[in-house]
Amino acid sequence: MNHLRVLAPGMLTTVQDLGRFGWAHHGVSASGAADPLALRAGNLLVGNTDNAAALEMTIVGAEIAFEEPAVIALTGSDFGAGLPMWSPVEIRAGQTVRCGATQSGARGYLCVRGGLAVPKIMGSASVHVMTGVGGRPLKKGDLLPVGSDAVRRPRPAARFPEQWQPRLHLRATPGPQAEWFAGELFAGQYTVSEESNRMGLRLRGPAIPAHSGHMITEGVALGAVQVPPDGQPIILFVEHQTTGGYPKPANVISADFWKLGQLRPRDPVSFESVTIETAVELLREQEEWLLSL
Amino acid sequence: MTLRAASDRSLLVSFGSSVSPEAHREMARLTRALQGIRGILNLHPAFISVLVDFDPRLRTMAEIEALVKERMEPGGAAGESTASVETRLVEIPVRYGGEDGPDLEDVARHAGLSPEGVVELHSAAEYEVAFVGFSTCFPYLSGLPPALATPRLGAPRKHVPAGSVAIGGTQAGLYPVASPGGWRLIGRTPLRLFDPQGEPPALLRMGDRVRFAPGAEVRP
Repeated sequence: MNHLRVLAPGMLTTVQDLGRFGWAHHGVSASGAADPLALRAGNLLVGNTDNAAALEMTIVGAEIAFEEPAVIALTGSDFGAGLPMWSPVEIRAGQTVRCGATQSGARGYLCVRGGLAVPKIMGSASVHVMTGVGGRPLKKGDLLPVGSDAVRRPRPAARFPEQWQPRLHLRATPGPQAEWFAGELFAGQYTVSEESNRMGLRLRGPAIPAHSGHMITEGVALGAVQVPPDGQPIILFVEHQTTGGYPKPANVISADFWKLGQLRPRDPVSFESVTIETAVELLREQEEWLLSL
Repeated sequence: MTLRAASDRSLLVSFGSSVSPEAHREMARLTRALQGIRGILNLHPAFISVLVDFDPRLRTMAEIEALVKERMEPGGAAGESTASVETRLVEIPVRYGGEDGPDLEDVARHAGLSPEGVVELHSAAEYEVAFVGFSTCFPYLSGLPPALATPRLGAPRKHVPAGSVAIGGTQAGLYPVASPGGWRLIGRTPLRLFDPQGEPPALLRMGDRVRFAPGAEVRP
């Protein structure tokens, strides 16, 4: 069996698929790729199903040696590996892929034809970093077996649709407590805090005034923008808690989840309010692009 | 029953606007009725609401709304009562106080009781798992004797050990995995509450009845 050998793990490199669903009623959130669009595209380009397990790298990428020939795709942000992005790339036996610091957003993906054959825990290969469910971040010397689950031939190189930028502009539908707020979130300019992680993206900016309503802890969704008493919003991210007691004026749309995975500390972000109908239409466009790969 | 979109891929279904046994029963009824449906990715039950996450490629918001209403109709798949639902009684061994329960004295002071009195009250009550949520199988237990209600810590601890038995306001709970937390810790159980390799991974489920038994040894 072919293996990838981790020569250097980078800042935070984990195995991810699209997440672990069906466990929220046990208090376990899905985890999964922080930029699901990049993971899906990379997998489709090498001929995998879109949910195959791949490597997610954060800010500083990994150095990976290949024992045997492989076909890979690098998607998401460019980590300066000197290989074409958004394209199947043939790797020779003994070749090393050296990713460095990101040249754009926060995350890059290395998808390998056949997928990573790591054990699934509770139905998914995704590492939930904060709880350790599904494993741990990669360390130097780790060996990752490559599977044989490709379903079609590698595809032609793709181009990421430029019209989906800018990545710092987040569209959001009204949250469950939208009427408690006066649209302050959409008027302000916010900055991503250093304290952000896969659980939540903490923002700093104009404080959103406290509300008068009475909250009873309720289920919370991926991309929910919650406002704690200090008025500084938090976007719930892939490893979010499953229930929470803070009011939520907005929820980032599914078509913009990929942008959340690319946000870096100190990035300036702004919000735009859209309807559910618009959100569904934007997601349909994205699905059509993926189908075209 | 109130339905509102929480996002473009989730519907929040609430029963009333305050916590009551009736609203909680309705929540539990709907949660059971929606399990295992294709296109529903996750259910997030809480005190009196359920958040339904769905795959927007397979289901529309209108379809999920219609499904919820149909399941909750009289004679619908959610059923009429909880009479047929099997409930389990789970006994949790606890070592109270000391390093395992650093807040036992504070809880006792707040209640005007001795630490022994707190242990007696806490272990005499029968609790019910109202729902499991927050983070990794955290069971929210109803049934805490009102005398033991204690406000949460002003600033959460950075590290609460797995198995900690806790009080947060009027709720009782247990920390299945080590995590930060602001609840008052009165003891610790050696039982493994969460095992990702287990079938199922969580020891406690919504609806389970729980009793605490003092005196267990806690493994180092």
